[in-house]
Amino acid sequence: MRVGVLQFPGTNCEYDTQYAFEKLGAEVEIIWHKDTAIAKDTDLVVVAGGFSYGDYLRSGAIAKFSPIMKAIGEYASKGGRVLGICNGFQILTESRLLPGALKRNEHLHFISKHHHLKVQNNDNDFLKLLEVGEIVNIPIAHHDGNYYIDEDGLKSLQDNNQILLTYCDENGNESNPNGSVASIAGVCNENKNVFGLMPHPERAMEKLLGSDDGVKMLEGFLA
Amino acid sequence: MKAIVNVFLKPGVLDSQGKAVHHALSSLHFDNVKDVRVGKQIVLQLDENDAQKAQEDVETMCEELLANTVIEDYTVEIVQ
Repeated sequence: MRVGVLQFPGTNCEYDTQYAFEKLGAEVEIIWHKDTAIAKDTDLVVVAGGFSYGDYLRSGAIAKFSPIMKAIGEYASKGGRVLGICNGFQILTESRLLPGALKRNEHLHFISKHHHLKVQNNDNDFLKLLEVGEIVNIPIAHHDGNYYIDEDGLKSLQDNNQILLTYCDENGNESNPNGSVASIAGVCNENKNVFGLMPHPERAMEKLLGSDDGVKMLEGFLA
Repeated sequence: MKAIVNVFLKPGVLDSQGKAVHHALSSLHFDNVKDVRVGKQIVLQLDENDAQKAQEDVETMCEELLANTVIEDYTVEIVQ
């Protein structure tokens, strides 16, 4: 299993992501944003979290023009698997590889804490090791995590099982930390090869650090 | 030639910053404020003499970068 992790100026989760996938036995390489190609045998590209280009203009807005993004677009259009975490999710929506957009949190505060999430659909590579309705505890850390999509878009996400995860409390009741439409924490594209979520599964790899629920999620790509 | 671009969240997309500013104005007893929308203004100095061309170029810039048209509307004003 070969994983490429994208690194833009301002990315800061690339080494956590590398650690997480190496812990699962994958071979990981960091890909600089000025590169124009990814290795042919890459099984997964991760757009890691952070603050690419200082979040200037809008989170993820400048990163979409980095040379590597053209290669990622082609890779995804051929069915290659792409996972965007946090700022990576923002970059993928800005690049239109995922539907919707991420706005400033409704209460305008930066949120950094563990949050429970409910699995909504598992008929995809990412969440196939989890059950629908299963609750995981994963850290969130974002200012612009307020997922927006219009009504028609939401309906098509629901109809195609594209909603991956929603925010909930420990008992599974809806609990929305940032104002996201339908409490959405993560979605995938229609072909189910491009995934994006605001929570950080790569930060939930060790019980000692609060949760290892991220293991089952990322393992889906290796299984 | 100068272009003034205004970017605002689309009507119907909740503007949390506008709401917070509205709330703050109410606390200051400005009771006649009905609605507040917070957006951003981007001012471009252009090396271009053709106003029509400038307008078209800046609209393309808005579509590609300056606005996220999933959630935002924009206006372009060309000033000599």
